[in-house]
Amino acid sequence: MSAKKWDKFAVGVLYALSIFIVLILFSLLAFILIRGLPQISWEFLTQPAKSFQVGGGIGIQLFNSFYLLFLTMLISTPLALGAAIYLSEYAKQNWLTDIIRTAIEVLSSLPSVVVGLFGFLIFVIQFDFGFSILSGALALTIFNLPLLTRTIEDSLQAIPGVQREAGLALGLSRWETVTRIILPAAIPGILTGMILAAGRIFGEAAALIYTAGQSAPALDFANWNPQSITSPLNIMRPAETLAVHIWKINSEGVMPDGAQVSAGASAVLVLAVLLFNVVARYLGKKLQKKATSA
Amino acid sequence: MKLKNSRLMLTIAFAFILTACGPVVEEESITAVGSSALQPLVEAAGEQYGAENVGKFINVQGGGSGTGLSQIAADAVEIGNSDIFAEEKDGIDASKLVDHRVAVVGITPIVTPGTGVTDVSIEELQKIFTGKITNWSELGGKDLPITVLNRASGSGTRATFEQWVLEEGQNSIITQEQESSGTVRQIVANTPGTISYVAFSYVNDDVEALTINGVEPTDENVKTNEWLIWSYEHMYTHGEPTGLTKEFIDYIMSDDIQATLIGALGYIPTSQMEVERDVEGNTVPVE
Amino acid sequence: MEEIQAKLLGNSKKGRLEKLGKTVSFICIAIIVFVVVSILYFVTSKGLSTFFTDGVSFWGFLTGSVWSPGNVGENGQPLVGALPMITGSFLVTLLSAVLATPFAIGAAIFMTEISPSTGKKVLQPVVELLVGIPSVVYGFIGLTVVVPVVRSVFGGTGFGILSSTFVLFVMILPTVTSMAVDALNSVPRYYREASLAMGATRWQTIYKVVLRSAMPGLLTAVVFGMARAFGEALAVQMVIGNAALMPTSLVTPASTLTSILTMSMGNTVMGTLENNVLWSLALILMIMALFFNILTRWIGKKGAMK
Repeated sequence: MSAKKWDKFAVGVLYALSIFIVLILFSLLAFILIRGLPQISWEFLTQPAKSFQVGGGIGIQLFNSFYLLFLTMLISTPLALGAAIYLSEYAKQNWLTDIIRTAIEVLSSLPSVVVGLFGFLIFVIQFDFGFSILSGALALTIFNLPLLTRTIEDSLQAIPGVQREAGLALGLSRWETVTRIILPAAIPGILTGMILAAGRIFGEAAALIYTAGQSAPALDFANWNPQSITSPLNIMRPAETLAVHIWKINSEGVMPDGAQVSAGASAVLVLAVLLFNVVARYLGKKLQKKATSA
Repeated sequence: MKLKNSRLMLTIAFAFILTACGPVVEEESITAVGSSALQPLVEAAGEQYGAENVGKFINVQGGGSGTGLSQIAADAVEIGNSDIFAEEKDGIDASKLVDHRVAVVGITPIVTPGTGVTDVSIEELQKIFTGKITNWSELGGKDLPITVLNRASGSGTRATFEQWVLEEGQNSIITQEQESSGTVRQIVANTPGTISYVAFSYVNDDVEALTINGVEPTDENVKTNEWLIWSYEHMYTHGEPTGLTKEFIDYIMSDDIQATLIGALGYIPTSQMEVERDVEGNTVPVE
Repeated sequence: MEEIQAKLLGNSKKGRLEKLGKTVSFICIAIIVFVVVSILYFVTSKGLSTFFTDGVSFWGFLTGSVWSPGNVGENGQPLVGALPMITGSFLVTLLSAVLATPFAIGAAIFMTEISPSTGKKVLQPVVELLVGIPSVVYGFIGLTVVVPVVRSVFGGTGFGILSSTFVLFVMILPTVTSMAVDALNSVPRYYREASLAMGATRWQTIYKVVLRSAMPGLLTAVVFGMARAFGEALAVQMVIGNAALMPTSLVTPASTLTSILTMSMGNTVMGTLENNVLWSLALILMIMALFFNILTRWIGKKGAMK
């Protein structure tokens, strides 16, 4: 075959592969949405769950998921950002750095149940945080840090070295070059990393079963005293998230309309990740425009 | 810039959380951990109790009987839920634990509808679970291979089932295992020729409960001990319970809850049992 | 004179800021390293106690094929052979990676080289959405869709390595694809331009230039996918059947390290052999992850364009 024919053939194969992937992924999404969307209503999204009766909602679980995501990102983003800056800009390329990178990657491939049990024994029992949002957020931070650090480092690395040299040539210190030039330019990459991380956090169940717990005590949304157990802000209360809720409904099998609730909850999860995506992209564009004054 | 901002936010958030003051409501909470079979009951009772007693919270978590027993033995929680006697579990110092038998559950073998078999004897069950009978036709049913599905080893349901079906020293064949009763029921419902076992409350129209030697798996037969495969649901405390823990256990043991909630959720009230069992499985009639 | 000297020798405002920044970022990496080391230590010490405290022979653990913790074999050693789970884990990971790699890299090439606009608009958002679907949901779709299909097409009960491979294939596809896209995007534009200018066709450019220079990145993508497949528990647990038996075919029930680990953890008591041996499984998982990691680095270094 001539090079031209090969070209045509290869492109054809690529088309076929891509179409196949799109088909699989779309049918998966369609499966979740078609089964789940009919269940979603305002009541479903705001009412507390009912364990043994028909007609429970997912209000508290939904709030818990977002709150936990927020707290986890609050703890892990600065840490990952700092670590990535160090690895990308300051660390010498030697065996020690290599070992650190390898160790972080190994951590990211540990099954989340191990992270969950570590969190259980250390945060819940040892530190006596109990089954709480705090324990959950810390466990999720551990679960999240490796991948987040790695993606942020990658997006920092993707900024051409010319930009660094330009910054240094202008008399900026290394730190200033990073914060004023490299970071703004890397924002889209960092955001993508954060979106992926957020999606993973949102859907994580195994690491939370033993840390944030499987019960969702009733919340009083008028109570903003963070020390009260009914307050949504309290970080020491147990908090079942949406993903854990889906797991629990299905494995317990005592909820009469469990199949419908879990289908609805799955669809809500997908929609939430979608929403998160769109907002993050929009913000990313705005931020970058502002930061790079482009 | 971004880094500084997030750092500032973090500091503020923690400062807020740590120093937040204001009128603290009188609140008390206890944690119950363990058995997933008992979890729905404790959860429902806890919710009801919390609604009736403002400011008191019962925090209920699963994790399995093993977790419940090891955490209560370590005194890390207030209540440890378990499907089995603490004495039966290796590595648990049962002498410090106080047993509260809040309910009884019956366990029944279930099969996929359409095997052609509705009644078995204990010996036949034994042979199925030890792999000596492998086809439903050997029991007068259809020519369909038997798929045995176990609960995870160490689960309370499995321990009870094996205690009353298998003989001392016999082991089940190594076969498929699942972690939860909900999943077990779903798999049995959809996989032709499958046999497994669940608590009575999990039996629905999708699966078929077998009778054993003609005895039906009903609450009545459990109460009279004609149906042998049943166990207590235990709530263990570290030493005699005090304060909220005692109040809550008393609440679950109260006639009101025993008569309403326990039956409604598919458990059998301990008070209605006509026999009593000890750790070794010896049965004595209740006077 | 002295004033100037002091100014030159002392720390400028910039110098202080630089120091501060370096210190802060160093503290961050130090915290992460501390967390990593403590988890690694935690798993290692718990995992090793099977051999040191409970006296199980390490070799018997790795090569034994009977898994029945709590029971003692004829030689007086507890029956804790992990070979069936190790084999199962390896098989599902390798098979799903082998299945996913061509699709993921194909789609990534499509998104970056053939039709970037469609890729950005359609494929990328979908891929990022799928990452957020909890593994529980994958598991249930597997249980309600994949298992019955495998049962009617290939026979058996439907539970087994084949079903797990299909579920994991779909699960790791988004991760591998999006990372492969990043890898391809990081190949400088002028590589492509130079190749095209020399008269190479688009495919030749992709195959001989882009793919080769993106090789380390692509391999990392595949390894990350494998790592996810390796560590996945909840979804696999629902479709593999969890029978601790040596897999004899792709459609008989088998088990993986994670499925047994997740399933048994809550039913065992801390500090007993039954519990410790589960941590040994976690230790194997960690060591295998380490091994994969080192392997890719090595391949990446060899395959990179000089």
